[in-house]
This record gives sequence, C-alpha cells and structure tokens, in this order.
Amino acid sequence: MKLSLAAVPYFWSKEAYFDFYQKVVNSPVDIVYLGETVCSKRRSMKLADWIKIAEELVIAGKEVVLSTMTLLEAESELKYLSNISKQKDFLIESNDMSSIQIASENQNSFVAGCAINLYNSRTMNRLYRLGMRRWSVPVELGKDDLAPLVSVAKEKGIEVEYQVFGRMPLAYSARCFTARHHELPKDDCQFMCKEYEDGILVKTQEGDSFAQINGIQTQSSKVTNLIDRLKDLKETGVDIARIVPVRAEDTLKVIELFANVINVHDDVSDKQDLDSLTGNYEYCNGYWLQIEGMKLVAP
Amino acid sequence: MELVCPAGNYQSLIKAVDNGANAVYIGLKNETNARHFAGLNFTEAQISQAIDYAHQKGSKVYCAINTYPRENSWHKWAYSVDQAMDLGIDTLIVADIGVMDYIRSRSDSFPIHLSVQASATNPESLNFYHRQFAIRRAVLPRVLSLAQVSKLAQTAPVEIEVFGFGSLCIMAEGRCYLSSYMTGESPNTQGVCSPASHVRWEDRGDVLESRLNGLLIDRFGENENAGYPTLCKGRFDVGGKIQHALEEPTSLNTMDILPELYQANVAAIKVEGRQRSPAYVASVTKAWRQAIDQVVKQNQKVGQETIHKLAEFAEGKQTTIGAYERSWQ
Repeated sequence: MKLSLAAVPYFWSKEAYFDFYQKVVNSPVDIVYLGETVCSKRRSMKLADWIKIAEELVIAGKEVVLSTMTLLEAESELKYLSNISKQKDFLIESNDMSSIQIASENQNSFVAGCAINLYNSRTMNRLYRLGMRRWSVPVELGKDDLAPLVSVAKEKGIEVEYQVFGRMPLAYSARCFTARHHELPKDDCQFMCKEYEDGILVKTQEGDSFAQINGIQTQSSKVTNLIDRLKDLKETGVDIARIVPVRAEDTLKVIELFANVINVHDDVSDKQDLDSLTGNYEYCNGYWLQIEGMKLVAP
Repeated sequence: MELVCPAGNYQSLIKAVDNGANAVYIGLKNETNARHFAGLNFTEAQISQAIDYAHQKGSKVYCAINTYPRENSWHKWAYSVDQAMDLGIDTLIVADIGVMDYIRSRSDSFPIHLSVQASATNPESLNFYHRQFAIRRAVLPRVLSLAQVSKLAQTAPVEIEVFGFGSLCIMAEGRCYLSSYMTGESPNTQGVCSPASHVRWEDRGDVLESRLNGLLIDRFGENENAGYPTLCKGRFDVGGKIQHALEEPTSLNTMDILPELYQANVAAIKVEGRQRSPAYVASVTKAWRQAIDQVVKQNQKVGQETIHKLAEFAEGKQTTIGAYERSWQ
C-alpha cells in the first residue's frame, strides 16, 4: 500500500507552506497532492510557487498531483482551474465536474477526488472512459460500499485511495463560516482563516465536538484514524492510504507512524507514539465500519 | 417562466395543479429520492393517477430519482427509473452519473433535469452534463449570488431552474455529509438529512432541548420558537460564544428578486417542500402563480404584502434571499 498526503485544507502563509513541504521532501510519503482546494481568495501561493514545490518533490522521488478547487463559481476561479486542468506535467485531482470536463476535453488523465460523487460501477465506468486513473473514495462510503467496486477498479487499472487520517471534508457553502464567526462579510473577510492553523472547533452547548469550520468548508471535528485498520484496508483492496494534513508538525509525525506500520510492521506496534498525538485530537473511524462517521469503535 | 411545485402525496399534487403549477415534482416510496420520509411519496398506482390528473389540466409531472445508489443497492435505482419511465413520467430529475448513463441506455431523448444534488455551479460543469447526457435543464444549488445566477442562465447550454421558496439548504447540495457523520444517514445515500428517527426532544422545565443522535443541537427558552433540529441550524459553542455557527432557522424567499430572475432568462422557479401539507402547497403555489404572472404578463414587481404573507409559511417565520445576496455569504 502506498501513502499519500492530501492538499493542505487550511490557509497558511507562503513561508509555512514552503517550510512544511521542505520537510515532506524527506518524509516517507509516496504521493503528494498540492494546491488550494477550498477558497480562491487564499492567495499566499501562486501557481508558480506550487510548481516550484512540485519540482522539488519530484526530484525526491515523490509522485505529485495538482489538486483543484471544490466549489467553483466565479470566472476567475474557472480560469485558474483551466490552467491546471490543461497542463501536461502533472496528474490532476478533480474535485468538481468542471475540472473533469476540461481535463477530458484535453485528453488529460485525472484523479476523481473525494468530492466527486462516485458511488457505483456505472459511474466508475463512465469516468474511466473520460480519463479517470485513480478514485479517491467519497468520505461517507465504507468498507462494504467499496468492496464491490474494487474488482471493477482493478480490472481497469484504477487505483483506490481511502482517507486514513485527518479531519474529513463534510460540506461546502457559499458562506464563509470563519468570517461569520468574526462578524465579517465574506467580501471583507480580512483572511481571518490565516489565524487558525487547522480551523476552528465548533462544539455543542454541552461541550461535545461537532464540526471544524475552515472558511467555506465544514470539516469533521474528529480526526479519522484508521492506523489499526490498515490491514483490513489492504485486504479490501485499497491501494493508497491518504493522510489529510492537520497541524504541520503533527502531520509529519503521522506520516512517519503510518509509513512505519505499512512498510515495516504490517501492524500497529507504535501505539505509544500515536498516543502521544492523542492529546491534540479526538479520533473516529465510523465511516469505514458503515456507521455514523463520528463514532470510534475499538478493534 | 415555469412554476415547479412539490407534492409528497396525491392531495398535494391536486392542490399544486389546481393552483397553477406548470409542473409538479414527486418521488417514489424509497430512498431513491431526497425526501425519503415516512408516510411520504407515491406508489405506482398513485403515480398513474397523478399523471392522469396533471395531464388533463395541462400540467407536467416530474419524478426525482436524485440520490446516489451504492453498488450493493443499484438495482433499486434502476428499477425505479424503469417504473417511472414506463408509467409515463414527463421528466426525471437526476443527480448520479450512473443513473443518467442508465437512462440514456434506455432512451437517447428522454428528458433529464440535473438535480440540485449534482451541485453544478458553473458553465463547465453544465457543459459536462450537457455533452455526456444531453440534459435539458439544471437546477442550481442555493450557493450562487444573483449576479452569478444571471450570468449562468444567459450563457448555459441548458435551461436553468432555481429555488424560489422553502427550506434553505446552505451547503452545496449533494456534497454535504454532515448528516451521515452524525447519524449514519445522508441525503446522498438515504435521501434524508437530520432524520426524524434520530431526533429527540427533552423537556427540562423552563428549557426545551432538541437532540440528534444524542448530540445537543439547540436549547429553547419558554418564549422561543423551537424549530426542527436540522443539524446546520442549531446553536453551538464557537470559542466560547453560543451562536448559530452555520445558519439560523430560516427559509428562502426570492420573490423580491423575481423580476431580475426573469430578466436573466431563468426558465423555472422551484418551490421546495414535498414534506409539507397540501394546504401549504396550495397557498404557496397560488402566491407564486400570481407573482410570476404579475412579473411576466404585467412587468410589475411583486408587492411587499404578498412577500410578507408568504413568510407565514416559512421555517421560524423568517425568510432570507440567501446566497443570492452577497451580504448573506
């Protein structure tokens, strides 16, 4: 099983991104997704900056995929999307049908990101004919949903990728919830999301965690953690284990831990290391088990 | 400009047709549509009856098969498509690419409307569905501003339908998994959001609490209007502040901008609410029929009185123009 690192869903400074990916270069991750997927107003990085990082990662032997936005409305957003979807140097991750339209029109292959609703083999066949080479499974699908599609994917050489760590992207809105929390309109958001390295926690009035707001995106408050299910994923036919970044330092530790289980032990033996992170995060694994996503079931 | 109204049962369909709906949309009694609620929707016999009644009065009947079939239950969706097409439905409202592919394997020309659940918000996305499946119309998610809707309606390769009135979904529809995260059931897979089976009300004397799968969604004081615990409309704690972190319990009403929508070449206005009563369908359909006729035939803006009267039917008796107005975003 390969290990991938999804695009950073949060808004960091240019220095923070460069610093993070400098360390990713030397980490045991196989595939790195790069780019902004949430909000087009976040412009600390130009496309040229991402390409610069991409080139360094390629030299280090990583496969690089350029990720694209999920909710596209403005013309300027489509123009940027079009630039990425038409280029031939890197594989792209499509998170909206617009990207698939442009990629297929230009005979480009694509990864169907988890925001593409691929729930059945008929959809898979259609998207395969249009150039899909990898399927990043929608977050709400679990083992039993996935299993019957794996054989279809294998037959066609489509790789199957499943999120094993990180908060899950659960919703996208026209409204910016971070700006709303600061009582600012979206058009004058003052880039408040830059103040939060990994979003803002939303709790119930009784203190239970509910969601994590990140601009126009709503994430799960709990962090998916399938480190003790990797064997099960592998047996089901998952080719790539996907880590979604949390805080930069923690993400680098998580990559090491997962790589160790996948490449060395084939089982969890670094329980202690994982526990050292637990103070920062509340975990869940329900979706993989076909129940509420927020639930955590011990193996 | 077409008026498309909801019917969760045969009585509502009659009310919608009699009060001037050009088309009525319905669903089958299973999870193939996004209002899979107990006691709602149509059997085969009722669909035939509904089509007969509507056609006699010059209205159309659309059927929503707009959830996402998982591989293990694909046959249910295929069977529902077969049923609806064989019974003589005028149009299918669809979100899933596999379902569209299946419809096209049966017929090259059967009318398909792209459901709001497909979340198409830009011209390239519409091009995709137009070229792949020759869709006739697309229903836009409630996330675009008026300027964006206008531009899309003028340049799109297909007809554009927008939501005019009813419950306000603030997320890009078809891409929201908050409900399955909390309850295991989502609009995409089960046709439900914040399902009633998971709701619990707890009366604690001076406070009424609403819960969804055990989690507290809201607390209401004695003088507050306690709304249904739709998970994105509760009051939560964000950094110590108790607030409607995502949205307030409010409904969408776009009657105020109807002339602009008409000018922009929007082909149809959709009223939400298959889960609402026949009386609701009758009143709302009547008001919108008048409003559209006034704008189209007399080139007049709708009076504030009519707009305020409509608010009576809204969730929490509050309405908003939603994302159409940028300040809301």
